[in-house]
Amino acid sequence: MKRKKVNVAVTGLNNVDSPGPGIPVVRGLLDSKEYDVRIIGLSYDALEPGIYMHELIAKTYQIPLPSAGQNSLMERLRYINSIEKIDVIIPNFDAELFNFIKLADTLEMELGIRSFLPTLEQFEERQKYNLPEFGKKYDINIPKSKTIHSVAEIKNLYQEFTYPLVVKGKFYDASVAYNADQATSYFHKISSKWGLPIIIQEFAYGTEVNVTAVGDGRGNTIGAVPMRKQFITDKGKAWAGITLEDGDLMDLTRKLMKNSKWKGPCELEMIRTNEGEIYLIEINPRFPAWVYLAVGAGQNHPEALLKLALGEKVKPFTKYETGKMFIRYSYDMICDLKEFETISTLGEL
Amino acid sequence: MKIKKNIALSDTGFVFNPASGDSFSVNPIGLEIMKLLQENKGHEVIKKHLLETYSVDKDTIEKDFYDFAKMLEQFKVTETDEKKES
Repeated sequence: MKRKKVNVAVTGLNNVDSPGPGIPVVRGLLDSKEYDVRIIGLSYDALEPGIYMHELIAKTYQIPLPSAGQNSLMERLRYINSIEKIDVIIPNFDAELFNFIKLADTLEMELGIRSFLPTLEQFEERQKYNLPEFGKKYDINIPKSKTIHSVAEIKNLYQEFTYPLVVKGKFYDASVAYNADQATSYFHKISSKWGLPIIIQEFAYGTEVNVTAVGDGRGNTIGAVPMRKQFITDKGKAWAGITLEDGDLMDLTRKLMKNSKWKGPCELEMIRTNEGEIYLIEINPRFPAWVYLAVGAGQNHPEALLKLALGEKVKPFTKYETGKMFIRYSYDMICDLKEFETISTLGEL
Repeated sequence: MKIKKNIALSDTGFVFNPASGDSFSVNPIGLEIMKLLQENKGHEVIKKHLLETYSVDKDTIEKDFYDFAKMLEQFKVTETDEKKES
């Protein structure tokens, strides 16, 4: 079968100790049996490893940081599209999603660039500080949470929470605090990096399990694969993991997709307590960095997302292989200074 | 007590629980016991089999079998079959 040619732009090319999902997404796309995908990388920093992975990424362009706003991003994408004729764009960072969601219609109408992202309402209602309301709305267990804006609020937390509790940043980072001093320290550390507010969450005892999933925006779960981390870095990132057979997790995922009519990719982070209850602790509105495990287990989620973005009918996956593992590793690429110079000065490579 | 249906038990003694992602290894006698449990053999039948097969006294069998059964419980690979146990 002749594969259809398609140009896909992907962000999240940092593949460091807290890896972005870009490279795993690219690997899934390149594994496609139906599409001959040419990858256009979009980077924020000249040292993102994906920029130099020429066997995976045909060309990379620097794009402005999310804080520069939608106009700067749109202007840059106009330029990139004038050269590359992008068919589909897949953003992979939480922090950039707001801009891409806001620009989605303009990108499609003006430049013909399609995407398949959560709606702005979905993006907002699953924010960490809105998660308790999200749980109530869709009948899902959520650990008790509170949003705080000042370090002074920590001293009174004992009235509502018992230690340990979890101190979370609005986009990334979470640390378990065993007393108010630790909570204060984490408040400063996380807020200096990701800003305010900080989310305080009840600590749920149990095993963390995650699901990578894709929703079609009409209530159907196109694919879902649950995973348990087997090896965790000091940043809490999975360095090895294994697919699980867990009917309860799958039921909860399908319920969430159906009730919220979730559109696009997501990662559900959950805790299964020793009593067997499942608590949703976070929804990331994008693919996780371990999404290639789903591809390896028989569900190519990045390819499914590409088809959804192109407006094709996608049949939901019905199975995946249990007991499939991923083991991550780091790899030293040898790069020429000339390439670093080119991306640093010209903003494209 | 019997081994849950979804537990994968290989001939090398590698045990995988697909619900939790946990895995561990058992020695050849542990493997033999787990296979007998998979065949729904009761505790007394298994202990009798071990007593007849290996040069070991009854008290040691009782103690070691109890320890092993508890370990399987802790790894959550077993479920109770009340009819069989009674």
